[in-house]
Amino acid sequence: MLAKFAALLRTLALMLLLIAVAGPAFAGPFEDAVAKFTTDDFSDTEEAVAAIAASGNPLAYPIISALQDERLMFDADTKKVYIKQTDGKAMDAATGAPVDAIPDSASEVRLNNKLRRHVQAALGGLTLLSPKLETRISAARSVFKSHEEQALPAVESALAKETDGTAKAALQQARAAILLFKADVSEKEKLDAIAIIRSRGDQEALAMLNDIGADQPPSVAKAAASAISSIQSSLAMWSGVQNAWYGLSLGSVLLLAAIGLAITFGVMGVINMAHGEMVMLGAYTTFVVQELIRTRYPALFDYSLLIAVPLAFLVSGAIGVVIERSIIRFLYGRPLETLLATWGLSLVLQQAVRTAFGPTNREVGNPSWMSGAFELGQITITYNRLWILCFTLAVFAILLAMLRFTSLGLQMRAVTQNRRMAASMGIATSRVDALTFGLGSGIAGIAGVALSQIDNVSPNLGQGYIIDSFMVVVFGGVGNLWGTLVGAFTLGIANKFLEPVAGAVLGKIAILVLIILFIQKRPRGLFALKGRAVEA
Amino acid sequence: MSHMLTRSLDRAATTFILVVAACGILIPLSNLLLPSGSFLQVPTYLVALWGKYVCYAILALAIDLIWGYCGILSLGHGAFFALGGYAMGMYLMRQIGTRGVYGNPILPDFMVFLNWQKLPWYWYGFDMFPFAALMVILVPGLLAFCFGWFAFRSRVTGVYLSIITQAMTYALLLGFFRNDFGFGGNNGLTDFKDVLGFNVQAEGTRAALFALSCLFLIIAFLICRAIVTSKLGKVLIAIRDAESRTRFIGYRVESYKLFVFTLSACMAGVAGALYVPQVGIINPSEFAPGNSIEAVIWVAVGGRGTLVGAALGAIVVNYAKTFFTSGALAPYWLFMLGALFILVTLLLPKGIVGTINSWWLPWKERRLAAEAATSAARENGVSEPKMAE
Repeated sequence: MLAKFAALLRTLALMLLLIAVAGPAFAGPFEDAVAKFTTDDFSDTEEAVAAIAASGNPLAYPIISALQDERLMFDADTKKVYIKQTDGKAMDAATGAPVDAIPDSASEVRLNNKLRRHVQAALGGLTLLSPKLETRISAARSVFKSHEEQALPAVESALAKETDGTAKAALQQARAAILLFKADVSEKEKLDAIAIIRSRGDQEALAMLNDIGADQPPSVAKAAASAISSIQSSLAMWSGVQNAWYGLSLGSVLLLAAIGLAITFGVMGVINMAHGEMVMLGAYTTFVVQELIRTRYPALFDYSLLIAVPLAFLVSGAIGVVIERSIIRFLYGRPLETLLATWGLSLVLQQAVRTAFGPTNREVGNPSWMSGAFELGQITITYNRLWILCFTLAVFAILLAMLRFTSLGLQMRAVTQNRRMAASMGIATSRVDALTFGLGSGIAGIAGVALSQIDNVSPNLGQGYIIDSFMVVVFGGVGNLWGTLVGAFTLGIANKFLEPVAGAVLGKIAILVLIILFIQKRPRGLFALKGRAVEA
Repeated sequence: MSHMLTRSLDRAATTFILVVAACGILIPLSNLLLPSGSFLQVPTYLVALWGKYVCYAILALAIDLIWGYCGILSLGHGAFFALGGYAMGMYLMRQIGTRGVYGNPILPDFMVFLNWQKLPWYWYGFDMFPFAALMVILVPGLLAFCFGWFAFRSRVTGVYLSIITQAMTYALLLGFFRNDFGFGGNNGLTDFKDVLGFNVQAEGTRAALFALSCLFLIIAFLICRAIVTSKLGKVLIAIRDAESRTRFIGYRVESYKLFVFTLSACMAGVAGALYVPQVGIINPSEFAPGNSIEAVIWVAVGGRGTLVGAALGAIVVNYAKTFFTSGALAPYWLFMLGALFILVTLLLPKGIVGTINSWWLPWKERRLAAEAATSAARENGVSEPKMAE
């Protein structure tokens, strides 16, 4: 039934179009309206705008937008109106036929402030008919926001023509918003309008329902109240979902930063204060890779991160091995001294990068597949955050598999659990130490590639993560990768749920205080390694 | 033997006290009495700079007391230093009175700027110096007591303790950066006018503050020395070297640790309070974890477990910092500081004073032992063997 009606309307519109295009011979109301521009009188122009906007003629939009941009010319002698198009060509406003040149006698149709408002409103209604889908949707949404009565005919005619689902829903909501505030509307229509707005379920819908005023029939007021409470509860649910998503995203960043530390600190027991600088080196590797690609092979830009990941692993990993061989191996068994030496190392690395690349932030771009966002219900999810979450979990899984299934992983675990026994079995423990440290550092480098996408790449990049990383590892339990995973996501989510309540900084302080208190309770973290070892 | 050891260290301690006392008297006198421009006159800016070093030396002593003698590596001692400094800064702010930009007799400028109507409750009393002086000791002490009470009782030790002390100072850093904490936010407290009625900028006040800092360095040194040479000090060293064993012998390890940690925090607070009027500003960057770690390296350079070394290390490293960061070498300072961290831990684990001691003491003991042997031999009437015959 509805489809038939729509089809009928479409044929009707087509016929109208044919008539309009057929030329001035069949001068109709549209042509008369256009001719009004030539009188150069503000009230005539106003009438013309209203008539053209109401005409539904496909030329209406070009004419009125031309009027707004002062591209609409009229020739008072020939009573013709021309549109100067943005590409420099011209056409006859009444017929849409191209014109070679606008006569010199033509001048612009003048506007005053009152007219500009009319033009604006008319355009708002007309964009509902725009051939571009996005324009139609955003026009419908802006009508929803303004819900002005004058837009109702335009909305209804657009609704009749609309074929796209999203645009149709937006139009229906716009229509419902108008009806909700219109004075002479039946109770039934108002109830339908409330139902539609309720199904929208966001902050704007809530504000709108709160605005309808007290002078409504009881059934409408009741429906509005129940819609408000339902929207409120769904909003609360969505804000919970959103916090959880932000928390997961923050947790993935924490995990990424901490996972290398979980190896060097957790498995080897080395307090590596230069861990953040390994992350920073990874980020700078990404920067260098992107610079090379930009200057030499711009087509590869979308693959820059894929190229940077192994390179960052190698750079940070190699530096890690060098550090282990030259400094850390002399300090085994002296954790506090290791802490100081690696802190010094972090200062040196920072200053080296500052000298080489300058103290300011360097720009690292997002490849196209990482930019943008999509909407899921009421929340917006950006692709880079989503990719980082996936990437983090992948790195975690690979690391776990490596420790479990490769011979190097086996040797690492053996050396961690009983160094002397492992040495007796023929494992070159010092080589394993170097490789383990290199692995931890290399993973920090990979983290740097990902973090370069969401953070400023500067020499101080690493320092921002070092304390958080230690918190994650200590909270999760030293020597346990699963603990690090749980710790990172717990802290991330807790942080994001505290933030709306306490504010960003206070939330962070609260988390730090909670961790300090937690460590008092469980000095070995969430998942402590079970064993008989007594520390000295 | 042990008697000789104490005596030799005693001599070092006496020398240290005499040198500090001499500096504390002579430098202010030379600054005030000699005509400016004279060869021997110490310019005022140097008095203020050295006064800063002396405050750092007190902080280093505080760290050495817990790290060198009790094995507690605190990476958050800068927080106690800064808290003492803030307590002093609050007193100095209240002294500004109507001379501030906005001329409000009660509210400090930043509160007027933030449209606060009323002084927050925790600012009450800071217009009185005795109260502020009490808070300089009490606030860091109380924080350290609570922190230590939780941490030591649940036996958080080693690097875990280091990391949570770092988290503590980091949390304070974040907090003090906030405007609504009521401590001036990002800018901190500054524009001080006078302290106890004397102009902070005046040469006489600066000289007096320098002398006072030296006095407090001596007092702090004497307190630390009294502790480490007493029986309490022996227990502390036992805790440092074998905590579980000390506990099994029957000592309440956590009480000892708590006492020495709290005392150390109070000393750090006093150092901060002396620091602020000489530098003229206190802001949240003093809470930065990096500062606390840097203070630890002063102790490591000078010699962990030697009180003189800690003070010396603070002065030497900070002098080097001033020297290198003011000239053309400025971009290389962080390389040097970093290398210092690495080289000292790798090659000089006992620090300067500790290394000198380890060369000097055995040599001295051998000489003394040889002397004793010869004199004993003479008394027994046996002639020395003649080498070249």
